[in-house]
Amino acid sequence: MYKFYKSGFRNPNLTLKEKLYNLNLTYFFFIFLLGGIGVMMLYSAANGDWDVWALKHFIRFALGVGVMVVLTFCDIKIFLRYAYYFYFATLFLLIVVEIAGHTGMGATRWINLGFMKLQPSELMKIALVLALAKYFHSTTLQNIETIRGIIQPLLMAFVPAVLIMMQPDLGTGLMLLFTTGVILFVVGVQLWKFVAVGTGVLVLLPIAWQFLHDYQQKRVLTFLNPERDPLGAGYHIMQSKIALGSGGVFGKGFLNGTQSHLNFLPEKHTDFIFTMLSEEFGIIGAILVLFINFLVLLYSYYFALRTTSYFGKLVIIGLTTNYFLYIFINIAMVLGLLPVVGVPLPLISYGGTVMLSVLASFGIIMAIYVNRNTNLGKD
Amino acid sequence: MNRDNSKGKVLIERTLIWGGIQFFLLLIIIGRLYFLQVYEADKYATMADENRISSRIIVPPRGVIYDRNGVPIANNKQNFQAMIVAEQANDVNETLEKFKKLMPLSEKEEARIRRDLKRYRRFVPIKIKEGLSWEEVSKILLVSAEMPGIIVDDGLSRDYPFDKQMAHVLGYVAAVSEKDLKKDNDPLLETPGFKVGKIGLERRYEKELRGEGGNQKLEVNAVGRVMKEIEREDGIAGENLKLTIDSRLQKKAYDLFGEESGSAVVIDVNSGEILTFLSMPSYNPNDFVQGVSQELYGSLLNDEKQPLINKTISGRYSPGSTFKMIVALAALEAGIIKRDTKIGCYGKIDVGNHLFHCWKKEGHGPVNLEEALQHSCDVYFYEVAQKVGIDKIAAMARRFGLGSKTTLNFDDEKAGIIPDKAWKLANLKAPWQGGETLIAGIGQGYILTTPLQLAVMTARIANGGKMIEPSLIPVSEEAISKYKNIKVNPAYMTLVKEGMCSVVNKSGGTAFMSQFDYKGKKMCGKTGTTQVRRITLQERQSGIVKQEDLPWRYRNHALFVGYAPHINPKYAVAVLVEHGGGGSAVAAPIASKLLKEALMLDEEKK
Repeated sequence: MYKFYKSGFRNPNLTLKEKLYNLNLTYFFFIFLLGGIGVMMLYSAANGDWDVWALKHFIRFALGVGVMVVLTFCDIKIFLRYAYYFYFATLFLLIVVEIAGHTGMGATRWINLGFMKLQPSELMKIALVLALAKYFHSTTLQNIETIRGIIQPLLMAFVPAVLIMMQPDLGTGLMLLFTTGVILFVVGVQLWKFVAVGTGVLVLLPIAWQFLHDYQQKRVLTFLNPERDPLGAGYHIMQSKIALGSGGVFGKGFLNGTQSHLNFLPEKHTDFIFTMLSEEFGIIGAILVLFINFLVLLYSYYFALRTTSYFGKLVIIGLTTNYFLYIFINIAMVLGLLPVVGVPLPLISYGGTVMLSVLASFGIIMAIYVNRNTNLGKD
Repeated sequence: MNRDNSKGKVLIERTLIWGGIQFFLLLIIIGRLYFLQVYEADKYATMADENRISSRIIVPPRGVIYDRNGVPIANNKQNFQAMIVAEQANDVNETLEKFKKLMPLSEKEEARIRRDLKRYRRFVPIKIKEGLSWEEVSKILLVSAEMPGIIVDDGLSRDYPFDKQMAHVLGYVAAVSEKDLKKDNDPLLETPGFKVGKIGLERRYEKELRGEGGNQKLEVNAVGRVMKEIEREDGIAGENLKLTIDSRLQKKAYDLFGEESGSAVVIDVNSGEILTFLSMPSYNPNDFVQGVSQELYGSLLNDEKQPLINKTISGRYSPGSTFKMIVALAALEAGIIKRDTKIGCYGKIDVGNHLFHCWKKEGHGPVNLEEALQHSCDVYFYEVAQKVGIDKIAAMARRFGLGSKTTLNFDDEKAGIIPDKAWKLANLKAPWQGGETLIAGIGQGYILTTPLQLAVMTARIANGGKMIEPSLIPVSEEAISKYKNIKVNPAYMTLVKEGMCSVVNKSGGTAFMSQFDYKGKKMCGKTGTTQVRRITLQERQSGIVKQEDLPWRYRNHALFVGYAPHINPKYAVAVLVEHGGGGSAVAAPIASKLLKEALMLDEEKK
């Protein structure tokens, strides 16, 4: 550390010119590509109509890109400094939603800001990563390896995760816990602790089962055996598989997906948009989208590797893990590998908050990369 | 090593492991994609098509049935229906209210419409009213702009323009029953609203009239709405059917019967073609097409005159005196009688302690065959029958088509009964009694025939022994040339025919009042009157009750069989009036007018 101080001759605050020079535009190109695919697929989902979803998606994407660019030019120190404030502010919003949810009707997941509906659970995905990164940035490996050392990060994860699951949004809650698990793993928590927790979860699973809502139980059961209920919940998975399979290698062509356009495929503009894409463009289109996402992941980890600060590295790893989970859970879900838990395909699925939070994540990742040589010291 | 350095090292190591896991998970996804989109692609492609393609059957128009002159007697009528499509209506209730102002709906109808509206999807047209007239259709179309959602649809429904006159010829079509479905696996039967022939020719020629269903492949969306037509294969329309019935002659027969009950058949003696095929009373087949009401069906079923029964082929009656030609032929062939053999009739004969009466109490005196037929002398035929024996009489009857079903091939046709010794032993487990032969000699007792069989018998006598078969569809020249001969000495046939001509044309003949001379063409025939109850000895002594004073169902059946012209006969007729009274008074006049009409219609054609 001392060594770094000595050799660190740069001014921690970069000039705009330096920041522009440090940008990685290829990364942005991939993101634009994915957003463009989203607009195109939503145009098709509305049977060739811009007005239903595609145009709004484009506007939201443009707004999200604005947020991303603003964050890109933020100084990395700001993220470190305000990480806990941001975390607690988001936690407060979650509690507000929880209270509103009880007074309102049914499950409430958002706060209506007028121009858009804000889902605090999506914000929490970023806030938690920043907060955990800040915590592990300023602690030692020895401390990480003690039980006491991971109590605070576990609390930071469980409090919002439980609140989100109570909404009830099982998918997002589990994603939050999984991301936390990955962060604990990469910072060096011993493997035996994971094994111990894993065993504990397996034992507690039947008990937890009792606390699941009926529809959540049904989703899991239907996932395990889609034919159980071919007209009800299993219908979605079955129709998704039919759409994918009938797409074949080359697909049925743009705007020609029969399963999607004749409405056999449910939620084709949100959770099942990957299915629709695969129906119209075949396995070639599906693998192309996967490959672009693979490149985004690859670049992100490259950025992490190139970043000097522990905080920066960990934020990139956490946010990228988040992004990976979206992609993996959504696609595995529509392929019938995971239960239908309602996770969208970021940048392509229709929906505001996820797009905003993902683009904001990319902005933060890029900001860290721009400041890759900034030494943050220990505080 | 610096502690922080090792913290950074652990981070990179662990991140690489996590990266590897992610890479592996992505490979699983690609594997799964390959499995679904390449390996199992065909299976899912089929399933996708099953989802989106809905096959529908196109119902072919049913064949039209014409009479021998090309007059349609079973038609397909345009059936205009007013329907409502909920999805196209701004407000279904408002549209229905407006419709009701135009055309009132009964409470029952409205309840059905509202139930259907709830039951079916919003794009499915719901029937409001069917069988609309042109005026009603134009009334609806005039204001249709104010009633969004109302559409007028024209389907086809079966129509029988001759109403009751042709009921027993044509039968009718009606909705498919469970029984029909079991016997026939044509997918057309499962089409909603499809009708099949239930009885009569509509049933007999069901296959030909029905045609073949076409196929339409439609693309439908998840809720079943039709998006577009993918493929269309039109079916084959049902074959038209030309009959031998002459609708004018049929109408004449129908009118002649009036309120009477019974049957009339006019048949071409050379070809077997049936020109008139009437069973009375009748019913209106149009009432059955859209489903007959319980009340109407019940009243038809309980009517003592049995309008639903086709008496021409399934009514079994004693032939009475019309059977005497058969007895005469059997006797002539057996050499029992000759042309001039005379037998004395003194009102009754006594055989084995039983008295057998002639219808004429004082008797006819000595009569030969011609006179016996002319006056329908019972004693003559008692004596003759006794000598010939029942087996020979039965054999002769069968040669003339009695006692077996014709080739008409209707489901409800009856064979009748021509009894002989073996028949009685087999069916009644009793030996034949001598007296029974006498009864058979005047066409009563066990003998039962259908009016159609009597017409066939008469035609075979009239044409000199050609074994024609009755037919409702035109008979080709070739088929006519293939008719076999009955192989009775022509001289005997001539003798019998002379007797029949005397019945009508000689003073004192039982049908003398019904004679006609139309351009030198005359009728010959034989009357018959059969009792439907036994006349007791006591009654005979105290004087027989007059027919008019008896309840309808106890009155005698009146029969007449005949042919015309007397030279080169063309048409044979059989008329049976149930409980009509006497053959000469009731049946012969109808037959006479029918034959004369047939001859006149022929003349008209020339």
